[in-house]
Amino acid sequence: MSDSLTWSDHLPVLQVVLPLLSAPLCLLVRRHPWTRAFALLVVWGSFGIAVTLLRRVLATGPISYHLGGWAPPLGIEYRVTVITGFVLVVVSLIAAVVLLCDSRAAATRLALERRYLYYAAYLLAVAGLLGMTITGDVFNVFVFLEISSLASYSLISMGRSSRSLMAAYSYLVMGTIGATFVLLGIGMLYSMTGTLNMADLAVLLRPQLGSRTVSVGFAFLIVGLSVKLAVFPLHQWLPNAYTYAPAKVSAFLAGTATKVSYYVLLRVIFTIFGVGFVFEASRLHLALLPLSILAMFGGSIAAIYQADLGRLLAYSSIAQVGYMTLGLSLHNADGLTGGIVHLFNHGVTKSGLFLAVACLGYRLGHVRVERLAGLGRQMPWSCGALVVGGLSLIGVPGTAGFVSKWYLVLGALERGWVWVAFLILLSSLLAVVYVWRLVEIVYFRAPMPGTPLGEAPLSMLVPTWILIGATLVFGLWTGPTAGVARRAAAELLGALP
Amino acid sequence: MRALLDTAGHWVYWGIIILMMTGLYVVIARDNLVKKIMGLNLLQSSAILLYIAMGKVAGGTAPVLIEGRDDVVYSNPLPHVLMLTAIVVGVATTALALALVVRIQQEYGTVEEDEIGALELRRDVAEDSVIEESAAEEAAL
Repeated sequence: MSDSLTWSDHLPVLQVVLPLLSAPLCLLVRRHPWTRAFALLVVWGSFGIAVTLLRRVLATGPISYHLGGWAPPLGIEYRVTVITGFVLVVVSLIAAVVLLCDSRAAATRLALERRYLYYAAYLLAVAGLLGMTITGDVFNVFVFLEISSLASYSLISMGRSSRSLMAAYSYLVMGTIGATFVLLGIGMLYSMTGTLNMADLAVLLRPQLGSRTVSVGFAFLIVGLSVKLAVFPLHQWLPNAYTYAPAKVSAFLAGTATKVSYYVLLRVIFTIFGVGFVFEASRLHLALLPLSILAMFGGSIAAIYQADLGRLLAYSSIAQVGYMTLGLSLHNADGLTGGIVHLFNHGVTKSGLFLAVACLGYRLGHVRVERLAGLGRQMPWSCGALVVGGLSLIGVPGTAGFVSKWYLVLGALERGWVWVAFLILLSSLLAVVYVWRLVEIVYFRAPMPGTPLGEAPLSMLVPTWILIGATLVFGLWTGPTAGVARRAAAELLGALP
Repeated sequence: MRALLDTAGHWVYWGIIILMMTGLYVVIARDNLVKKIMGLNLLQSSAILLYIAMGKVAGGTAPVLIEGRDDVVYSNPLPHVLMLTAIVVGVATTALALALVVRIQQEYGTVEEDEIGALELRRDVAEDSVIEESAAEEAAL
């Protein structure tokens, strides 16, 4: 690039390079409190960059950054549009707040003097997720997908229980199959067009959309990404991974990993293939809509019967992914706004809930639902976070969850699918069942006899309540979330005729 | 000759499909964790071969520019270069998976999925009884 470019012009690449290069530096710093401080600095720096990028995009339109000065389609392009900026902010915000949480909450098997490995993997995962989001090159998506996946497998395997090893292994097997499918899909598109740039692919694919190779490539991409997104029948890796991972890792992954996969799916569908091919010719919604509804019901029903709080939240995540894919299969402005805003709302809610689980687990040593009896008086702030987050999962007005469901219902009604709107409300009632079960146990049962427990340390409660507080704030103040999501949806739908 | 080459070209894709399905089958059907990783490797190799096959131009030579000749046909180097990255990713995945298997073996003394499942079940029952006992003790106090 020419010398006239200033630092601020390089922000798109710094967004990825900063955490990516800091990860190996963690190995050099090595000493415990310093690696944590260093990682915190880097992640908050990334968050700052993401906010700057989003503000710039909202003010002046899409940013295109050419890596090494090579112009696309030959060079690799980083492209920041409204939805990209939005997802960057969500991912880096959750990563930053979760890392703020006390390192005692990590609940990991790693000894303190080897904790630097945890921070290195964490930064790599952040770099991979941010890279998947910002890049405009499909092969880059695959590489960053694998960077973030490999980092998250090793993060999950650091859990306190030995079961985290098998959880990480199963996730690795499923995740690698998914990623290989994505790779095969990209290969088929490349063989038809000779390009890897998303915008270029969209143009060159248009005359060839009827060909079988393109259809097969499309199918591989959708199925591969659906594994990472945990769309209903491909979700088996998720419950164990989130249950046995260190508590902070669950909080981080639950709020970011599936969300970024959802975003990549949106990019593939709307930027590369276009609405006409995906929904009118291939009729993807005929498959996606029933699967979303099955996820909404299956996930919530499974959540009702879980004995472990972490697993309960993991199953509820499967249901919530169902809402996001439902918004996608509605493929109108309101439905898509609902899906995109749910990406933020559910990310913040679920991360906050998993941090609340970390608080409880820190005092109790386990998070069995039945053993939480009467804790409402002993740990009021942790349990309060659990309840408020639960209300947001249900979608009670005043919480963030309500905003996304409101848009989903609007989208369903606009399509004339009253029964879908009805099913959204019905599945929310299932969420009432599992959240009420928690409330009943925590507040209305006699406390378990034994030593009285204190509240979790402030260094854990503050990050928890930052996220839980965000679900309340953005439940009422919808400008920055639903407003931006609406612009993002309009941009996606208008990107191609 | 040309037609024969075309058919031969398609045989490559059939080979890739067979390799891919073999890999998937091994991953799904085997209980041994190491064999599953081998299945994954087969699956990844099939993707790598797909790219390699599509980069080959019939009659093309290695893509090293020969100066002063514009009648030379070159193979497409880009897919081949991409696969260097994919191979690295594959190696990293295999290394991580094997590391996990070593830890699993240390933890459970076996790498058979069904035996690990049985062990877990027994541990669960034991754990539940410990928790119930401690609850009973607490209640008695």
